[in-house]
Amino acid sequence: MTKKILDIQNLKREFKMGEEIVRALKGISFSVDEGEFITIMGASGSGKTTLLNILGCLDKPTEGVYLLDGVNIGKLSRNELAKIRNEKIGFVFQSYNLLPRTSAIENVELPLLYNPAVSKSEREKRALVSLEAVKLSDRKDHLPNQMSGGQQQRVAIARALINHPVMILADEATGNLDTKTSYEIMALIQELNQQGKTIVFVTHEPDIASFSSRTITLRDGRIIRDARNENIRSAKKALAELPVSEEIEG
Amino acid sequence: MKLTNLLQIAIRALQRNKLRALLTMLGIIIGVAAVIAMVAIGQGSKQSIQAQLSSMGSNMITVRPYSNVTVGGGARLDQSGLQTLTLNDIKAIQSESKFINEVSPAVSARGQVINGNKNWPTQIMGVSPDYLKIRDWSLKEGVSFNNENIAAAAKVCLVGQTIVNNLFNPGEDPVGKIIRFNKIPFTIIGVLSAKGENAFGSDQDDIILAPYTTVQQRILAIPYIQNIYAASTSESTTDSAVAELTNILRKSHKLKPSDDDDFLIRTMSELINTFSSTSQLLTVLLTAIAAISLVIGGIGIMNIMYVSVTERTKEIGLRMSIGARGIDILMQFLIEAIVISIIGGIIGVLLGIGASQLISIFLKWPTLISVSSIVISFAVCGITGIFFGYYPAVKASRLDPIEALHYE
Repeated sequence: MTKKILDIQNLKREFKMGEEIVRALKGISFSVDEGEFITIMGASGSGKTTLLNILGCLDKPTEGVYLLDGVNIGKLSRNELAKIRNEKIGFVFQSYNLLPRTSAIENVELPLLYNPAVSKSEREKRALVSLEAVKLSDRKDHLPNQMSGGQQQRVAIARALINHPVMILADEATGNLDTKTSYEIMALIQELNQQGKTIVFVTHEPDIASFSSRTITLRDGRIIRDARNENIRSAKKALAELPVSEEIEG
Repeated sequence: MKLTNLLQIAIRALQRNKLRALLTMLGIIIGVAAVIAMVAIGQGSKQSIQAQLSSMGSNMITVRPYSNVTVGGGARLDQSGLQTLTLNDIKAIQSESKFINEVSPAVSARGQVINGNKNWPTQIMGVSPDYLKIRDWSLKEGVSFNNENIAAAAKVCLVGQTIVNNLFNPGEDPVGKIIRFNKIPFTIIGVLSAKGENAFGSDQDDIILAPYTTVQQRILAIPYIQNIYAASTSESTTDSAVAELTNILRKSHKLKPSDDDDFLIRTMSELINTFSSTSQLLTVLLTAIAAISLVIGGIGIMNIMYVSVTERTKEIGLRMSIGARGIDILMQFLIEAIVISIIGGIIGVLLGIGASQLISIFLKWPTLISVSSIVISFAVCGITGIFFGYYPAVKASRLDPIEALHYE
């Protein structure tokens, strides 16, 4: 039996807005096995972002159970949540969120600086391995403003990989990129998935969802569809099929 | 969280914004440099005043006659006309006093001193050998006169450096030479070491010292003495010595309890206190001004740290999302503030030392760089950094990671 990375039961999240109570999530249940690549889709207002924040341990559910790698997140303190984020989750954001005027390798090292168990030499070694995994080891000393959007996002993915997370959580990670670069990033993510990484990818683009093995669709705080993707597209192939004229980047 | 990691995080963050860090430091740099330089000027002037006063003999007590009665139509007599101090007073002091080590009578006269074809107007002062100890005055060459010279009213003298300069050719040895003061020949037996000007600008080396008996009998022809110089056992016993001296003199002058003193006692410590408190006030004022600029520097840090927290909200959100706890963020900003103020402090200390040196070189003001002012301004810097960095750091640490991440 495969290991359950995510186990979510009847998850609810309510916000108080003055007198009103806004129910962003109205009871969501699903689980994700190790090695799955799922996309979470939904229009804005569907509760997608709220779910993402909870999955990323940035927020806690009002009700329900969220087990991440066997740990019940609902019971943890702020500092314990920070430790979980540091050790179990690799974030990839839409706007990359690299530190400006900081070299690629230093950006990649960043999560390990908050982990006292990792020594300086190991940190540097692992940062290099991570950069190699995203094929950017030759750019390790480049600053973010010396790199293209796709390269910056690959640095961000390297940063997400460095702490050997149980799950990579991507939030519209291709939202700022053109089609070709998006496909390049998706190819990289598919490759990581094939190496065994569990990937949760939040997006509103069906095109991107077609690269994943399973899609969960939200509407109005509920899951309206949870379907396995029988016909997974290969991002590498899609990249090769792109018309030459769309090649903007060199 | 390891401290080395936190330091690395803070220093990297500062390196990303060197110009802003430097501008933030500027307030601290100026503040610390001002403190160091101001205290150096204050301490320097205080020390030079004290050194000058000490050169006059810091535990010296002076007694001069003072008119305690009015004569005729109410006029008081000038001290030169008073003849109340006598050698009996000296004997009484020598035998009865506990707090006075040395005592010397003094009589003086002005006149022209001649050596060959050179002459010089000066003052001759008749004293006992103790006078040199009271004034803390040493001989450059030769010997002092002794009690036998006093008893014999010998025509021997010690000369000050100004006399030597004016009566002798450079390189000429004055010891053993005979000079004439108001036509009376004196053999020079010693040369006083140079004391320079006193605090009031008069030349202390423009003097001839001779046995008081010689001056009394051969120059002035008077039996009384004009002044008494005494030295208390130490600076701290000066007040007791003054009280004791007052009693001895009142007894010796047979004053009734209702009579006023017919003498006036002055001590150097009064002068020292007056000057010290003046320069102390100066130091306090200068330090206060400098401290204010340090506080303003601190507020500058707080201001920039605030702007920095707002500007870096997204960075804080990212750091939190990859595992930074609130305390890590707080420490990062606190360490940034402390590093800024400590580096500012180091630059400020160097600048302050440099400024003090420039002041003493170009303005010729005496300066004294005190270690305590460096230590204190350093400590203040650190505290300033913590104090003014803390609130912005707390603000940063309390940010909600979700909001911070989506802050634009």
